[in-house]
Amino acid sequence: MSFEPKIVAFFCNWCTYTAADLAGVSRLKYAPNVRVIRVMCSGRVDPQFVMDAFAKGADGVLLGGCHPGDCHYAEGNYKTLRRMRMLNRMLKDMGIEDGRFRLEWISGAEGEKVKVTVNDMVAKVRALGPLDMPGKFKEWDKEIEELEAHVNSDAPTEVAHAR
Amino acid sequence: MPDKPKVAFYWCASCGGCEEAVVDLAEDILKVVEAVDIVLWPVAMDFKKADIAARPDKSVAVAFINGAIRTSEQEEWVHMLRRKAQVVVSFGACANSGGIPALANQFKKEDILKFVYEDCPGIDNPQKIRPQTSTVDEGRTLTLPVLHNMVRSLDQVIEVDYYLPGCPPTPKIIMSAVQAILAGKLPARGTVLSPDIALCEECKRKDSKPADLALAEFKRPHQVQIDPEKCLLAQGLVCMGPATRSGCEALCPSGNMPCTGCFGPTSRVKDQGAKFVSSVFSNIVPKEEKDIDAVLDGIPDPIGTFYRYGLSKCILRRKLN
Ligand code: SF4
Ligand code: SF4
Ligand code: FES
Repeated sequence: MSFEPKIVAFFCNWCTYTAADLAGVSRLKYAPNVRVIRVMCSGRVDPQFVMDAFAKGADGVLLGGCHPGDCHYAEGNYKTLRRMRMLNRMLKDMGIEDGRFRLEWISGAEGEKVKVTVNDMVAKVRALGPLDMPGKFKEWDKEIEELEAHVNSDAPTEVAHAR
Repeated sequence: MPDKPKVAFYWCASCGGCEEAVVDLAEDILKVVEAVDIVLWPVAMDFKKADIAARPDKSVAVAFINGAIRTSEQEEWVHMLRRKAQVVVSFGACANSGGIPALANQFKKEDILKFVYEDCPGIDNPQKIRPQTSTVDEGRTLTLPVLHNMVRSLDQVIEVDYYLPGCPPTPKIIMSAVQAILAGKLPARGTVLSPDIALCEECKRKDSKPADLALAEFKRPHQVQIDPEKCLLAQGLVCMGPATRSGCEALCPSGNMPCTGCFGPTSRVKDQGAKFVSSVFSNIVPKEEKDIDAVLDGIPDPIGTFYRYGLSKCILRRKLN
């Protein structure tokens, strides 16, 4: 089975979401791998949301907001840019590859840019392969499954720590 | 006279500071000792595993467990204590969120073992001997616990009823927890027994913390002459106060050092490090990527800084690969 990346996209209501709408109305075709979540402003997106999306199974996270200077709330996208520059460093330090998280400024008129960005991101994440954090969590916790049953059995024998 | 409630203390991957914190109760410890019957306390009393194993299930009123879980031995012990105790209190930052030991979640187990037993400058081990889980010596088999691949918080291994935060918890919050337990006046299960507001609220420097921090530079404590009155964050020092739970009475800022976050987050926050980034970095001065990056360079180790006591509870849990 070929791998279809799951991309969670947070788009701001005033620019990028409008652009995604425009892309739809204009019947632009782009990869169906994005799940778009509309937020009022890119500044609403807490780095926790990005990590949570990965932890819940996203292979990539795309964040879209208005171009600098155009944010409906004046400064929201600058706040986003600063936070996400730091988040980028943290994700890298935690071993999440470059390209799985992306920030783009897309104005309401740039339907074409939504298409290009999504297609490009899907191609890059596809090349990186699945991230599968939920699977990793399960895999990591296998090492602690055995002892619990042992201790809670009714006749626990002296445990052999060695395995 | 009815039996006094039985209390157990246990330590896992910890430094001993949490034990020290109990001793730091000073005269108050006598009140505790008077009111309870201590059935396990490895640092101070000679009880063995078999003594606890022999007790009926749920016969221990409270087990206070400190330290993170790194080995199969710790894992086994905490499962046993969970079985024997009615209430389990996760005691201190390591038990709550992995603490300093959890910083090891940035490294592979193999890399850690290789460094410690082969590459570390102080090691003399030409045969590259590593600890084995089982060794036969003169016909006897000796065993050691398994070192797990990652460091876990206590609640990632067993169910926990209450949390006492801090590295270590302060005498004040320990005493109020003990009193609440003895009086049977406990809040809802799962509660962190410390006020659910940010540290800044109880910090004397709070009034000098500007609403808009507008930071143009981050500095490390050894690089500056720290103003003893002014908000540390406003001075460009990474003070975790805004993303940290109160209860310590702002010990570190009172000692002219920035908070490093040992009380963990408030209940509204899932990931302390990410939340700190969210609140503080949105307000740095520059607007261009290159200038922003220059400010961020002032924090050479973001993970070690923002998750100093809590990498096990980072949403991502550990470094991949
Ligand atoms: S940021 Fe630090 S120094 Fe400033 S008010 Fe908060 S706890 Fe105090
Ligand atoms: S100021 Fe911060 S690091 Fe210091 S004891 Fe309090 S919570 Fe812990
Ligand atoms: S409204 Fe679009 S980024 Fe703020």
